Amino acid sequence: MNIEFLVAIVSGTVVAATPLIYAALGELIAERAGVLNLGVEGMMLVGALAAFSVGVASGSLLLGYLAAVCTSMLLALLFAVLTLSLQTNQVATGLALTLFGLGLSAFAGRKFTGLPIQGLRPVWIPGLSHLPVAGPLLFRFDAAVYGSILLYFAVDHVLKRTRAGLQLRAVGESPAIAHALGQPVLLTRYAAVLFGGATSGIAGAYLSTALTPMWVEGMSAGRGWIALALVVFATWKPLRVLLGAYLFGGVTILQLHAQGLGVGVPSEILSMLPYAATIVVLVIICRDPKTILLNQPASLGKSFHPDV
Amino acid sequence: MRIAAPLIAAAAMLVTSFLIFAFLGKEPLNALEVFFIEPLSSLYGWGELLLKATPLALCGLGLALGFSANVWNIGAEGQLTLGAICGGGVALYGGAHLGTLALPVVLIAGIAGGAAWAAIPAFLRTRFNTSEILVSLMLVYIAQLLLAYLLHGIWRDPDGFNFPQSRAFDERILLPLLLDGQRANLAFPVMLVLAAISWVFSTRLFAGYRMRVGGQAPAAAAYAGFSERRNVWLALMIGGGAAGLAGACEVIGPIGRLQVDISPGYGFAAIIVAFVGRLHAMGIVLAALLMSLLYLGGESVQLGLQLPAAVTGLFQGLLLFYLLAADLFVGFRLRRVPRVVALRA
Amino acid sequence: MTDRPAVARLILRGITKRYPTILANDGVDLAVTAGEIHALMGENGAGKSTLMKIVYGVTRPDAGSIEWEGSKVTIHSPAQARRLGIGMVFQHFALFETLTVAENIVLALDERLTPAALAPRIRTVAERYGLPIDPQRLVHSMSVGERQRVEIVRCLLQSPKLLIMDEPTSVLTPQAVRQLFDTLRRLAAEGTSILYISHKLEEIRSLCDNATVLRAGRVSGTARPREQDNAGLARLMVGNDLEDRPLQPREAGEVRLELKDFSMAARDPFGTALRHINLEVRSGEIVGIAGVSGNGQKELLAALSGESIASHAGSISLCGRRIDAFGAAQRRALGLGFVPEERLGRGAVPGMSLAENTLLTGSHAGMVRHGVVQRSVARASARATITAFKVKCGSEQSAAERLSGGNLQKFIMGREIRLAPQVLLAAQPTWGVDVGAAQLIHRALIDLRDSGSAVLVVSEELDELFTICDRIAVLTAGRLSAARPRSQLTVEAVGLLMAGAAQECANA
Repeated sequence: MNIEFLVAIVSGTVVAATPLIYAALGELIAERAGVLNLGVEGMMLVGALAAFSVGVASGSLLLGYLAAVCTSMLLALLFAVLTLSLQTNQVATGLALTLFGLGLSAFAGRKFTGLPIQGLRPVWIPGLSHLPVAGPLLFRFDAAVYGSILLYFAVDHVLKRTRAGLQLRAVGESPAIAHALGQPVLLTRYAAVLFGGATSGIAGAYLSTALTPMWVEGMSAGRGWIALALVVFATWKPLRVLLGAYLFGGVTILQLHAQGLGVGVPSEILSMLPYAATIVVLVIICRDPKTILLNQPASLGKSFHPDV
Repeated sequence: MRIAAPLIAAAAMLVTSFLIFAFLGKEPLNALEVFFIEPLSSLYGWGELLLKATPLALCGLGLALGFSANVWNIGAEGQLTLGAICGGGVALYGGAHLGTLALPVVLIAGIAGGAAWAAIPAFLRTRFNTSEILVSLMLVYIAQLLLAYLLHGIWRDPDGFNFPQSRAFDERILLPLLLDGQRANLAFPVMLVLAAISWVFSTRLFAGYRMRVGGQAPAAAAYAGFSERRNVWLALMIGGGAAGLAGACEVIGPIGRLQVDISPGYGFAAIIVAFVGRLHAMGIVLAALLMSLLYLGGESVQLGLQLPAAVTGLFQGLLLFYLLAADLFVGFRLRRVPRVVALRA
Repeated sequence: MTDRPAVARLILRGITKRYPTILANDGVDLAVTAGEIHALMGENGAGKSTLMKIVYGVTRPDAGSIEWEGSKVTIHSPAQARRLGIGMVFQHFALFETLTVAENIVLALDERLTPAALAPRIRTVAERYGLPIDPQRLVHSMSVGERQRVEIVRCLLQSPKLLIMDEPTSVLTPQAVRQLFDTLRRLAAEGTSILYISHKLEEIRSLCDNATVLRAGRVSGTARPREQDNAGLARLMVGNDLEDRPLQPREAGEVRLELKDFSMAARDPFGTALRHINLEVRSGEIVGIAGVSGNGQKELLAALSGESIASHAGSISLCGRRIDAFGAAQRRALGLGFVPEERLGRGAVPGMSLAENTLLTGSHAGMVRHGVVQRSVARASARATITAFKVKCGSEQSAAERLSGGNLQKFIMGREIRLAPQVLLAAQPTWGVDVGAAQLIHRALIDLRDSGSAVLVVSEELDELFTICDRIAVLTAGRLSAARPRSQLTVEAVGLLMAGAAQECANA
């Protein structure tokens, strides 16, 4: 196995994992606050389109990413208003968000199909990027990849060591008690949902500007759902989200390269791997009811009625 | 009272579509006419309405039964695909040999295929506490890949110029049309019968009662000794079987063969149909007709006004949003929240 | 109390609060002075909790005024209440199980502190008032008594001028109650006012200086508890003397329900394991199980009702037949009735009508034939239950969630009793139920027993058990004491039994 192949595998894994990390960490925050947002897939698609279209129109990828964050957060806001203030059913609303995001992005993106875009370029770190082996392996990723690692550290720190994180966890366990203690339950949940929206937007933007720099209707191909599964697989802990995302990235890359490696399995069957793997990891985590009981935020998915 | 919200939602969507058409630079009233009225201006158009409403209603009926039992089958699209595969497989290989039995066998194969695909999330939920939402969804992608695999490989039409599609099915196995000059077929009245059966099941049979209790108050269902396991299996089997039937009817109906594209997202649109139809058989049939009209409207404005057909997806999503919002003003709310990932004591 | 000019701390005038289904408070007046321990008394549902929510800023009154230390205030939020110097210890502890003691307290305080910085202060205050706790412990690992200590320390850290205690002893053993009272007396001596909400007459007479009594949302009177006897206070709470019908002793018949050396592990990481339980309930008797909540009551009832058929040791028999492997539906078919603790959501489906709810347990009573629901039979049965048990509702088509707690309980009790079960299990049968309904329910249970059924009542209210039971056993930490005839027991003795194992818990 030569070094180029190893680099291809590692960088492929990291690149495939990065959008999952963004989306899953954002959803983790939302779920730790007790809100189940099934609209990740829809928000990712809208973010992908926003980044691509603004990126192409303005020539600036930064503007594109900002646009992605804004549009996804808008959708997340819609979801938040419906589920938190108007108390609609979280599952139904999340599904509505996904379907709407699918339709909206397909509708608005028709002009952009097939257009080219200059994707994200690797960031060259003086000194590190030039190392003989470690350089190409670990230090020639684009900014968003490094951003995803920073995001992990930030999320982990906030959750464990800040008052905001404490408040989030409290609201996630029992909004009723938090409310009785005078905590801003609604505000906390809004912030968590919007944060999830923002990161889903970045995840989508990464899809259309880095992973496969182009726009195609429905290009997320279920990655939003996989991100949701990742949160469960990680038992709502940020580090495990990171590890799980890399695991999935690895599975995806292996499947892509399997044909090149002379594995005689048809490509469609190989493409099933990520989805089948998702099912398998879910089963592994969920088999023991105690795992879920001890880790799942107690109020996940339930609407909160303040004055009852 | 219960129909107020869907009506409000439909009205809101109408107003929004007016605005969207205006925004797109088309004369709005004309566009509304092209979207909503023109498709129904001919016999053929009405046939298309019934034709598309059938799979929507079939899937919606099955899903609604599940939703009211707190079983969230999001993978109807995959079960539909498996139904198409199994029904289509029988049609491909058995069409000539089975004679008059061919049609019923194809339909049964479709039901069985869809039900078997839904058995996977049922098994994983009852045995391993795994969320049926995520599992059934993953299986949608797997099902579509399976279909593609078959169509690129062993089932590919040898005379088909390498397109990923199967041979056309023998004419005798296709569903008989209701009237000449349009495409609506036997599937529509079959769907109506099944709608009636599902209503009887839900409201008059004890099994339906048990499922509703399981959906509204799982602790009460446990208290009464209603088996959650049985409810989950029943809900998923019925939902899967219905979707499988829809898939089989599509391939031995308007499509006439197996191809990669057998459904413009009926399985997902059926979720909206189930909600807009208030999880009630009659409402679902009506909602399916409305949704069908949305599909036809999209095609109509694509041809007539050079607008993208994707406007359909946009309207569908909007409709569901409006419904959820409208529910509040009418005071109806889905009572139970799904147990997302596992059983909680 | 010495006669010194009373410094008015809190004065409520004309407080009124209306909810959609009930007038919770109707023109309530209340006054508390510095260093006074003031009882707020009343039966369940009299309006005590609502009044305290208003004082603590969780809700606002529709009418009336609040004066704090001489000036009028509007209390917008718990944070503001805390700033004024009002602290509240909730009846249902406001604690997050997955967080530590320090983290919980940090969230409840308004200062921006880290849990680590707060820990030493927690330890100091806790020791000062005789309530030792460890700031780093996760709450879910703590016993009920320890959790209450956390609640109290949380309040004390803010040096409150008024401390509200909402039914603090409902989950405590008699010995823990004594410890709590010492703490409260110490606080009062330092000048803290204490508002003590309870319906337990003995405790109020032992602890409190003054009492305001609420009945159906209104102040029915004020009193000095030490100068009254229990009967006098009860009259103020209830309005008329409690109907006192001594239980007619009966010869108990054959054994209907039997648990032999029954042990079962806890399913829930936060649950209680059942250990070597031996229990017999005979035809024509009512056996009561006393015990503070959290000692295995839920687990025992679920094991008996068939909702929990996990692997276990020992045996369960119904009318002589082993039912270990039978589910809830099968046990019902064999004649087991069950009135659960949770009404809405378990005993009844909230969104369904009373007629449909009758179907929940009535499927063997002619309401289902060949899998088809016989709606008219269910409706008729519901109507009969409503009449016989005086359930106040629109009709049998009213949704269960529209009924008040007491009426729903009467309906569920009536539904189960009318099925003429061989054995009836009843959990907290009169919790949260008004006095009239409680009497009716007790009467119905006694009538059921007289007709030959075997009845098992699990209750936290010792008074209730002593009123209706022939024999009483105590459940502590998953173990059941022997069931002794009521005549051989006193409240104090039962309390000691409850405490005996509570000590084990504390030492474990």
